[in-house]
Amino acid sequence: MSDFKAKPGLPLIDREESLYFLRQMLRIRRFEEKSAELYSATKIRGFLHLYIGEEAVGVGVATALDPADAMVATYREHGHAMVRGMGMDAIMAEMYGKVTGCCRGRGGSMHLFDAEHRLYGGNAIVGGGLPVAVGLALADRMQGRKLVTCCCFGEGAMAEGEFHESMNLAALWNLPVLFVCENNYYAMGTALNRSESVVDLTQKAAAYGVDAMAVDGMDVIAVVAAARKAVAQIRATAAPFFLECRTYRFRPHSMFDPELYRSKQEVEGWKQRCPIQSLIRRLQEQGWLDEEALARLEEEITGEISAAVDFAERSEWEPVSELSRFVYSDPEVQ
Amino acid sequence: MTGQTRTITYRDAVCAGLRDALQRDERVFLMGEDVGRYGGCFAASKGLLDEFGPERVRDTPLSESTFTGAGIGAALGGLRPIVEIMTVNFSLLALDQIMNNAATYLHMSGGLFNVPLVIRMATGGGKQLAAQHSHSLEGWYAHIPGIKVLCTATLEDARGMLWTALQDPDPVLIFEPSILYAMEGELAEGAGAVDIARAKVHRSGNDLTLITYGSCLYKCLDAAEQLSATGIEAEVIDLRSLRPLDEESFLTSVARTHRALIVDEGWRSGSLSAEISARIMEKAFYELDAPVERICSVEVPMPYAKHMEEAALPQVATIVETARRMCGGG
Repeated sequence: MSDFKAKPGLPLIDREESLYFLRQMLRIRRFEEKSAELYSATKIRGFLHLYIGEEAVGVGVATALDPADAMVATYREHGHAMVRGMGMDAIMAEMYGKVTGCCRGRGGSMHLFDAEHRLYGGNAIVGGGLPVAVGLALADRMQGRKLVTCCCFGEGAMAEGEFHESMNLAALWNLPVLFVCENNYYAMGTALNRSESVVDLTQKAAAYGVDAMAVDGMDVIAVVAAARKAVAQIRATAAPFFLECRTYRFRPHSMFDPELYRSKQEVEGWKQRCPIQSLIRRLQEQGWLDEEALARLEEEITGEISAAVDFAERSEWEPVSELSRFVYSDPEVQ
Repeated sequence: MTGQTRTITYRDAVCAGLRDALQRDERVFLMGEDVGRYGGCFAASKGLLDEFGPERVRDTPLSESTFTGAGIGAALGGLRPIVEIMTVNFSLLALDQIMNNAATYLHMSGGLFNVPLVIRMATGGGKQLAAQHSHSLEGWYAHIPGIKVLCTATLEDARGMLWTALQDPDPVLIFEPSILYAMEGELAEGAGAVDIARAKVHRSGNDLTLITYGSCLYKCLDAAEQLSATGIEAEVIDLRSLRPLDEESFLTSVARTHRALIVDEGWRSGSLSAEISARIMEKAFYELDAPVERICSVEVPMPYAKHMEEAALPQVATIVETARRMCGGG
């Protein structure tokens, strides 16, 4: 934008894009706030892991991908699914356990899958998605497709053997994987420095000869810039890249977590760095967003969420007679 | 046998199956530890690296979980991977990927993502390889809905089941009894695809049904010969598919013989043999003239010493003795 002067140390931002990021982050935030409410109302059951506080990471990374690229995510993936293009209807209905959910209500919150947008879960075994991402990238490479597979995981996964095996294999075979570590500093309740002998996570990637970068995961503009750089490099070289996004989850690990392992002060400190509030401030400083526009945006999102809830409420349950369907592709096999 | 057959080993048959697959479908590739330059830890892929190149015959690092998971990803991405895990013992390192991903994706995604992956591995004892290289854990895998589990006992199956498995839209595990790699036999030059859904009756008889699979097939066939000499005609069924089970095959047989003896190299407790026994009780109870019996491996970690290992594994003499007792021959 011609009237925009970048502040020192901040990457240049674009008005339209920034407003898009704000919309996406707010969609995730409000959708999840509603989900928490619906959980308390027992409409949503099982595990519900909220992404609140970490929105800049999912939005930033997903934005850097092309529609044909693949994504493998974790059980904290509502945001990733939404930014990749899955509608709120399909996600909400899935969490309600309704047949109109993206997985017919079979996966729930932790297992969102989407063939059209190439989202391969929703994987709830920590570290289990990494090898799958490596394989997806291998398939792209062997079939001559110039695509990137983006694999998101928490820092807790970096203590798993599958992280190390996957970094090694992706580097050894030169596979186009963007490894995104969403470092929210707690593996459930275990702090990073209580689970890792070396807390600079980029060093672990570097040990496998994988280019690595760490970025402020509370700043969506910074995440997008870093992810775009990473994706461009992967497309140019086909080699993997490791991006650590330093972020924080404002809510408990799941709805069952009494949060005995961290102080209220610490949480409050991170909340001051809320990625949504920070972006709103920046947009307002630039004169790109006024109160009225923000209120309109909130209103649109409220409408979208309320339509999704209505959709989920109105939807049917999968008939019990379908229970054994899709254990195998051939319905005759039991 | 006619002039169109050739004497080859089980190992050659596996290799021929791999070659057939790599030739017929460019989406097929083989990966695993030492499948390339080394030629396969049981030499089953010898020569394939030279023939098909390193893109399609891929040596992997010792990372069972990740190369198995990569097979799942590659299958999702449109390829038809054959993952070789040296032996079932090592496959436990990949159990997370097999169980939590390969077996669940189709159902959990509501039918969105099937995983057309074949995983091969050696199984079983008899080579004095002790307690970390000798177990028969295929029965564990047969517990898991979402995967198919085969065990190839013959040259024909070793060559032909791989291709059928590769046509399957879902994950298929193929177990190859390691004791059989050196076994020689006749196989037709043009031997082709083999049905993977049906058990096979290897010997007909009306007095007793021996239900088995894998290397125990040969012990059962030997036992059946000895029994025949004493006037007992045993029917011998090779299950071939451990999941799904071709129930009809053994139920039909038991309805005729009225006696069933299951011979399974796995352990007895909570086992495949227990499952088969239960199904016979559930569906053919009134056909039985004697309780169903089982001969399994003794429930110990497999010992190294030859005499101890032999004592731990099902043996022909025990099969004969048990069958005779069941038929009232003491």
